Amino acid sequence: MSPEPAPAGLPARILELGEELRREGVAVGTSEMLDAFEVLREVSWTSEEDFREALAATLAKSQEDRRVFELVFDRFFFRAVELAASREGVQEEQQGALGELSDEDLDALRAQIADALREGSEGAMRDLARMAIAAFARRQEGSGVIGVDVQRIRRALGLRAEPQPDLPAGDPRREGLPREALRRFEALLRRELERSQIERTGNLPPARPLGDLDRALPSGPLADLAAVHRVVAQLRRRLATQGLQARGHRRHAHVDVRRTMRASLQTGGVPVVLKFRPRRPRRPEIYVLCDVSTSVTSASVFFLSVLHALHDTFRKMRSFVFIERISEVTDIFEHERNFKTVSERIAGDAGVADISGYTDYGRVWSEFLTQVEDDLHPRATVIVLGDARTNGRDPRADVFAQIAARAGRTFWLNPEPRLYWNYGDSVIASYEEYCTAFECWTTAQLEDFVRALTRPVIAAPR
Amino acid sequence: MSAPPSPAPSSVAEVAEGLRAVGYLPGESTALVSYLATKLGKPVLVEGPAGVGKTELAKALAKYLGRELVRLQCYEGLDEAKALYEWNYRKQLLRIQAEASGTGWDAVQEDIFGEEFLLARPLMTAIASPEPVVLLIDEIDKTDQEFEAMLLEVLSDFQISIPELGRVESRTHPVVLLTSNNSRELTEALKRRCLYLWLDYPALEHELEIVRLHAPALSETVARRLVEVVGMVRALDLKKPPSIAESIDWARALLLLGVEDIDADTFTETMSVIVKHRTDMDVVADRVGLKLRSSADVA
Repeated sequence: MSPEPAPAGLPARILELGEELRREGVAVGTSEMLDAFEVLREVSWTSEEDFREALAATLAKSQEDRRVFELVFDRFFFRAVELAASREGVQEEQQGALGELSDEDLDALRAQIADALREGSEGAMRDLARMAIAAFARRQEGSGVIGVDVQRIRRALGLRAEPQPDLPAGDPRREGLPREALRRFEALLRRELERSQIERTGNLPPARPLGDLDRALPSGPLADLAAVHRVVAQLRRRLATQGLQARGHRRHAHVDVRRTMRASLQTGGVPVVLKFRPRRPRRPEIYVLCDVSTSVTSASVFFLSVLHALHDTFRKMRSFVFIERISEVTDIFEHERNFKTVSERIAGDAGVADISGYTDYGRVWSEFLTQVEDDLHPRATVIVLGDARTNGRDPRADVFAQIAARAGRTFWLNPEPRLYWNYGDSVIASYEEYCTAFECWTTAQLEDFVRALTRPVIAAPR
Repeated sequence: MSAPPSPAPSSVAEVAEGLRAVGYLPGESTALVSYLATKLGKPVLVEGPAGVGKTELAKALAKYLGRELVRLQCYEGLDEAKALYEWNYRKQLLRIQAEASGTGWDAVQEDIFGEEFLLARPLMTAIASPEPVVLLIDEIDKTDQEFEAMLLEVLSDFQISIPELGRVESRTHPVVLLTSNNSRELTEALKRRCLYLWLDYPALEHELEIVRLHAPALSETVARRLVEVVGMVRALDLKKPPSIAESIDWARALLLLGVEDIDADTFTETMSVIVKHRTDMDVVADRVGLKLRSSADVA
């Protein structure tokens, strides 16, 4: 089967689509575009599913890109079709006048839609969405705002994901409808409403760039936790391999004389194969200080999950939480594997010595220094998670400088947007002299931090 | 080779059919991308969570196309010597020693850098093979970036430069699959050269089909129940969600035990087949076990 030749206008459309993807931040290079054209020679453009998958395989090269691609693809071709339709004056043929819609008809429609949702058939859902819109348009319930109308129709049809036990047995809605199908039905309603609006007014509304909300992966707090774990696993790998890179691959290999001699027996006593002592990758040693005061409440869940993930992956690690004073929580993390219990225990009896509830960074530094002074060495990494708001107390940057000088590397992750740094009682600037500070309040930024960690370290003389 | 080499497929449906015939049920996009890969000769980057059949896809493709599978398992610190080629210097040394004195160095040198003294590693094997092969580069995300850079030459031009020998060009075009668990972001340059395929856990019906294919003796109702439970378990936040392979293992275990229905007790007894972490087991026993129990009460 050789695919049907593409119509003349298609290459231009594909280029426009690529252009649009670039605007949404997907890295589409010329080579990707060329690939897309090559692929379209193999795939028939008339089969929507194949067409979409083939383009996706060449243009979207990560899961996030794929998601953006889906959104842009839908929007782009919807608009392209509508534009062409309105230019040529094509009108949907109006559905035959059904007259006034009785309540029985409405009930039948409800049941049909619920059935279609349960089966999840796309075609039936699209037709029913149209019928529903037509039905409600006749009842004069349109508000003119598409989002409002969608919800109104959904409510009037009694479509809910939760089980509705008060409905009679046998009603397909009783058990609750599949959430995914419900979401798709809403999208179809929205699309059909948009279509009829464009038809009425005869022009396209301006294209709206994707908001962060559209783009974000559907995720709950649990998914966030998983994302944090993933980033931290990356961090571990990078820290583990970095030592080797900095030292050069084989430069400091030591010959293992004993094993070399033994191996030489194979070649008649001539030591042909040199045996080296195995290189033991250095174990990263990490000290983490985590602020859990009220000013960072919203961020501390995030921080604790980072800490939790770090503990899962690093053996040699000590962690401290602090508000006014510090307390070591290494043990808790080591013995508790469940994140929820950990956070409860830290909130409860881990007993962060807390009198006023205000962070006292100066005190924290000196306490930290006395506790770990002897253990800190140039191979250790210190990571501070905090907002550097001192509540007007002495920041004691000199003590922090001592810590940074003893440790190999010092990083600061600040949960506030960079815009707020050094405003009010934030003194991050005075600490930033001694460490590298990162803005960090999403997993994406955490990934940036991980990336920054892997840059080759050029030991700057302090 | 067990299967005779089949001619290049001419449509997506044909690929889907062929993969199905060798026991791999491809999703819509899987079949399409596999088809494009055989057609265009571009490498495919397959990403997705562990255990959704990324490696399995390569094996199935090899089987379907009747080609040999050359596999390169990546790990941290993998280098050219392990992936491309190495000089067999022991043999070279013996060759020199065995040489009667008086032979000129030139002659010897000519001799010891011949193909006879070359140890071909997976990438080299795949490229130099006279028959077309399927090359699987497994878990590419485990390697260092340097290795990725080295792959670029191989993947875009299908050739390897050996300083002493010259260039080895591929005689046939291998189908290349790279798999990644997404533990590190791959470089743009590598992604640019590949088609992209994201494999996710299959939808309920699809997984049911897979389980029924691999454990045909299991009754329809138990299989459906099993897939539903696995879906429930995957929805939890686990260290290691159960993979498709584990669903199949579980199905076989249930078959062996002669289970009629998955109730709370059978579940707690056999869940170690699908859940492999102690903490995960607690969570799963807690949530799913309870749900099974309550649904049993209703019934």
